[in-house]
Amino acid sequence: MSQTKKFMYINRKAPYGTIYAWEALEVVLIGAAFEQDVSVTFMDDGVYQLVKGQDTSGIGMKNFSPTYAALGDFEITKIYVEQESLEERGLTLDDLQHLVWEDEDEDYAEKDSIRLVSRAELGSVLAEQDVLFNF
Amino acid sequence: MKLTIQVNEGPYQHQSADSAYYFAKAALEKGHEIYRIFFYHDGVNNGTRLTTPPQDDRNIVARWSELAKEHDIDMVLCVAAAQRRGIVDDGEAERNGKDATNIAPGFRISGLGQLVEGGIQSDRLVVFGD
Repeated sequence: MSQTKKFMYINRKAPYGTIYAWEALEVVLIGAAFEQDVSVTFMDDGVYQLVKGQDTSGIGMKNFSPTYAALGDFEITKIYVEQESLEERGLTLDDLQHLVWEDEDEDYAEKDSIRLVSRAELGSVLAEQDVLFNF
Repeated sequence: MKLTIQVNEGPYQHQSADSAYYFAKAALEKGHEIYRIFFYHDGVNNGTRLTTPPQDDRNIVARWSELAKEHDIDMVLCVAAAQRRGIVDDGEAERNGKDATNIAPGFRISGLGQLVEGGIQSDRLVVFGD
């Protein structure tokens, strides 16, 4: 498997209520071992997955949101968040976790992982991908 | 064209298992190759042989098994998703101390890496689900 493909994982669902978000994250983490050109997108209700300060104690579910902060350690450095999806839900970038990655080539400088993109811009990014995993 | 198909929904509750089946069948008839069919989320329920639909309804599980046999298709149930939902083969029964198995013929249980590898090896990954 020498070829490298552009892989994008698209998250469109709220973190709880259904299992899609959690099982999608499992695919992202496993997939990181395959050394593809990976990006992750959060759009529609999927933007709720990144909201900071989640508390699941009332619903008996594991709060898996801290795992997103580990994506940088898995060399997943491109996380697209759709601007309109945030706005439609009354959210801003400040409501989301601050996700970073460390750039080895620049003395492990911390860099932002989240790229805020418009719906139209996201369309162009989608068009560049080889494989879309849609959750 | 070489295809990997991902099925994310269980049978009967949701049409995606039917749509994926008809897509797979049509693709094979057109001469395309199916590299793998990967069942994820509730999709793993497509692989239990204990399914007993009414006689006048389609048997979704048996239909998959027949398709796999006829065309020698690799049909994989995600192990983590299958464990959560109680889909068990001999190996899983032994590992997890279960007293029964229910995997249907033509299916095997393996890891999510099989899905990712399907995406790498195939010309298209086609996903069925919400």
